[in-house]
Amino acid sequence: MQAPPLKPGGDPQIIAPRTPESLPELRSPRRIRWTRRRIALKRFWRQYRRSKMGLAGLAILIFFIGMAIFAVVADPSGADPSQTSGPVLSPPSREYPLGTDDFGLSVLTLVVQGSKISLLVGLTASVISMSIGATVGIVAGYRGGAIDTFLMRVTDFGLVIPWLVLAIVLASIIGQSLGAIILVIGVTSWPATARLVRAQVLSIRERPYIERARALGASNRHMIWHHVLPNSMPVIFANTILTIAIAILSEAALTFLGLGDPTNPSWGSMLDAATEAGATTLGAWWWIGAPGVCITLVVLAFTMCGFAMDEIINPKLRDR
Amino acid sequence: MNDVLTLDDVHITYHTSSGGVPAVRGVDMTVRKGEVVGLAGESGCGKSTIAGAILRLLPSKTKIEGTITLDGENVLEMKPGRLRAVRWTGASIIFQGAMHALNPVKSVGDQIAEAIVVHQQSAGREARVRVGSLLEQVGLPSRRMQDYPHELSGGQKQRVMIAMALACSPSLVIADEPTTALDVMVQAQVLRLMKELQRELGLSMIFITHDLSVLVETSDRLAIMYAGKIVEEGPADKVFHSPQHPYTEALAAAFPEIGDDRFRGKPMGLGGDPPDPADVPSGCSFHPRCPKAFEDCPTIEPDLYPAGEGRRAACLLVPAAKDRAGAPA
Repeated sequence: MQAPPLKPGGDPQIIAPRTPESLPELRSPRRIRWTRRRIALKRFWRQYRRSKMGLAGLAILIFFIGMAIFAVVADPSGADPSQTSGPVLSPPSREYPLGTDDFGLSVLTLVVQGSKISLLVGLTASVISMSIGATVGIVAGYRGGAIDTFLMRVTDFGLVIPWLVLAIVLASIIGQSLGAIILVIGVTSWPATARLVRAQVLSIRERPYIERARALGASNRHMIWHHVLPNSMPVIFANTILTIAIAILSEAALTFLGLGDPTNPSWGSMLDAATEAGATTLGAWWWIGAPGVCITLVVLAFTMCGFAMDEIINPKLRDR
Repeated sequence: MNDVLTLDDVHITYHTSSGGVPAVRGVDMTVRKGEVVGLAGESGCGKSTIAGAILRLLPSKTKIEGTITLDGENVLEMKPGRLRAVRWTGASIIFQGAMHALNPVKSVGDQIAEAIVVHQQSAGREARVRVGSLLEQVGLPSRRMQDYPHELSGGQKQRVMIAMALACSPSLVIADEPTTALDVMVQAQVLRLMKELQRELGLSMIFITHDLSVLVETSDRLAIMYAGKIVEEGPADKVFHSPQHPYTEALAAAFPEIGDDRFRGKPMGLGGDPPDPADVPSGCSFHPRCPKAFEDCPTIEPDLYPAGEGRRAACLLVPAAKDRAGAPA
């Protein structure tokens, strides 16, 4: 009995690098791209699943998205003040699990109906805000010089002008609709994001790997997409999540001023109505509490998902 | 054509708020095919500035005069598109401080492939196979291509930088202080690797460092810089073991030879600091620190005089200079 002799350098079959010839027959480039994306998505999910915080956030989000979908399908007449039947300002009971408001409408129905508008406005407005803010910030920070000065003065202008005044003017130009509200919030809330992203890009721009990429012969576009953007993603991401909360509340303010569609209930307009009616002094905690907790939970859920994704995007936070 | 790179009377002036600062003041240099030229000198003498000028990586307001010919083409007259195409395919750089020259959020394999993809030499799996073989070439297992920079040690990162420099098979590799941040053992390994690769692939290289002992081992020829000028050049071992310029002598003497009685108990250094590039001394710029300076030194600026076989030195004490010293330049 003798062990097989050890070959110096090990088994050549293990070491030999895979050559293009040994790869399976390549199909159409489009199918390869989709296969690769599916694999990347699977890997992403596998890593995401390990974060308890991320899963909790995702669960809350799915709950609220489900609520919004239900609101689209459900009969909205329960939120119509002309159809009221219940007692006014009743505390939570078996019939009205979250109590009623000053018209006798069920707060639960209002919260469910409101989730639709609040989520839609919160998400779309912050995506608009993030796109403008990130683009302005990256271009200004990366190009520098006159372009930077110009873009930053525009940003300062946006920061200095009272937000509400600008929003009212814009809303009166664009017209009164849900789309107008989303657009108005989106185009007025980007300046803070732009400033933060620019600051981050200014620091990234001076890092040696940018010089290395330039020495490689990389174009500006390549450098922005492959080096600047991935490194400023955490800042952009954190900001977007904060913007969602601001957008949900801004929608309330604009609706309250009569610039939105008052027949569509939202969490924000509920909060406004409750404050206006003096719900705190009346002791109607359920009326303020329900939409307040919903907004807090949605923002919290986005933050938790954000943390989990940050751990995947940022390889240093990833544990292996 | 045997010359990969020729610098002809190159002057480089940095733009600052208080006016121009000449960092390089008239440098001629040639790198032949398959040759390693060592460039040595103290901090601020213009070594890295030359490296940056070859690929035109200096700040846009910097003034570069003279001609820099890479593969028969003048780099200074290239249009932006052509310049981008020449970067990394004509000449690549092994940067100092590999820790920071790698993007922390991308795997090292992606970053090595970056050069290949940017120059559209190949993409996808084909590029990955190339990255794998490059990594094996620098002594890392190819599976390390999935790792992120923080998962590698300093020496491994420097190996990645070397692999990256070789990715597009450039005609010239510029190693800009490739071993400064490494400890002595790893430094020796990395140097050995670079020497092996240079021989194996017949690379033409410029090797920049302040460590003269490193250059003697790796270079064929040496050029010693002081205050933006080459003060001595010639075959590496001759320049190191029988320096003609007092500055080279001081640099070489700074490395004591273990076991040599001459160095026992008295390490030799060079007093003073390198001159401010904005305010270079008159005549020979080295004269305020030179132990052998005499009355002509502050007034006559020495040229590079022939000093033995294939050697030149910019010192008035060189025999060939004595004939000309009477007639100031």
